[in-house]
Amino acid sequence: MNFETQVATREKQQVPAIELQAQSNSSVNSHESKISVRDLNFFYGKAQALYQISLEIPEREVMAFIGPSGCGKSTFLRTLNRMNDTIPGTKVEGTVEIDGDSIYQPNTDVVSLRRKVGMVFQKSNPFPKSIFENVAYGIRINKMARSKADLEARVEKAISNAALWNEVKDRLNASALSLSGGQQQRLCIARALAVEPEVVLMDEPASALDPIATQKIEELIVELKKNYTIVIVTHNMQQAARVSDKTAFFLLGKLIEVNPTKKIFENPDEKTTEDYITGRFG
Amino acid sequence: MEHRLLDKQLNTLRDKLLLLGGEAETALQRAMRALMNRDSELAREVLKNDDTIDSLELEIDRLSVDVFALQQPAARDLRFVISVAKITPILERIADHACNIARAAIELNDEPQLKNYVDLPQMEVHASRMLREALDAFTTYNADQARQIILQDEAIDEIYHRVFADLIEIMIDNPQTTNRAARLLFVAKHIERIGDYVKDICELTVYMKEAAFIKHSN
Repeated sequence: MNFETQVATREKQQVPAIELQAQSNSSVNSHESKISVRDLNFFYGKAQALYQISLEIPEREVMAFIGPSGCGKSTFLRTLNRMNDTIPGTKVEGTVEIDGDSIYQPNTDVVSLRRKVGMVFQKSNPFPKSIFENVAYGIRINKMARSKADLEARVEKAISNAALWNEVKDRLNASALSLSGGQQQRLCIARALAVEPEVVLMDEPASALDPIATQKIEELIVELKKNYTIVIVTHNMQQAARVSDKTAFFLLGKLIEVNPTKKIFENPDEKTTEDYITGRFG
Repeated sequence: MEHRLLDKQLNTLRDKLLLLGGEAETALQRAMRALMNRDSELAREVLKNDDTIDSLELEIDRLSVDVFALQQPAARDLRFVISVAKITPILERIADHACNIARAAIELNDEPQLKNYVDLPQMEVHASRMLREALDAFTTYNADQARQIILQDEAIDEIYHRVFADLIEIMIDNPQTTNRAARLLFVAKHIERIGDYVKDICELTVYMKEAAFIKHSN
């Protein structure tokens, strides 16, 4: 059985499990695919980094990508909002559809795509401006606010949604760089939320944070999935187990297994997945 | 070969569990021998050794908690530690039943023997063998063998029902024997319960191997 057939077979086998999870998660109305990836190959120059990835990412759920360093999970994450376009010499084959629209069409508006599919990086990267301006920036350049009051309301909403409002409401004009690492990361999440995305991609968003800040980010992720589709790359197995509904395991550029997170951590289908999550690799 | 720190701890857990299982099996065999041979001294030794079994149970409990807290096992490792943590009190309870048989033996050995013991030793042979094989199946991750052992419990139940009927008949025929007959009835019941506990161990072995809960599935 070739790899594609294996993936297709697994997808068929998954159907009852996915239905079961949808039933158990009663707070969420819809679990239809938000993102559909078909036969995706990705190349850095001549080096192929991703092989025939096919994956459905359900709407308003959290999907975690796990795998050893260099397995392609971050590369794959960046194909979902065409962040790899900024790297010269890269090439993509296959299709990525968001809400049924292919994002690699020549006429795709990449700016509006990245507004719809926001991204939070491993290292928080606030602008050297005030807390307010960090969040207001995206709203301004996208001309989303009708008035100053509307701008302020949108900033407050984004910062509140990132669970940061109570900590910064009295010092919105202070420099963003004066915030702690965990607060800076939540500010970056607020900045991503300010432009009203539908999908938020997170590349190891808590890897540089202490346990308390990590817990806040994780609680935020669980809260955000009520309104957003979240995809998170993490090296922290327990974090994937705690926050995600589904987990995809990547190895050497291939998608080895995608299943409900509970199944991945209790009884994965693939031996390589089990070897990885139990630390038996190598 | 132990590749991971966790492997060392899992192997320790397995070894301690086997030790506890061996102690429980020995307790059962010695308690029954004490009854058969009217050897109250041996019965007292069984009771004395129960402290060792309890300590072993606590040791495994602590080790299991350490592994959960410090190693955060997943998948088959998780299922193994969960199974060990659930099998440990089962083995301790089996040893408690053996102690109850030893206590009955001490009481019964002070009175004339009610009847020749035929069925009770047969029950014990079945139960001991089931326990031994169940621990083998657990350590070798053999779910098929575990399923086979579950079926063997019927043999113990069958003998138990026969012993029950016999002893009730003896009590009806001669009410003066009621005290001794009732004690023997309890001995039979203890062995019958041990068979049930061994079934639980086998169900956990199937869970450990296949992540399938077969408990209450008839």
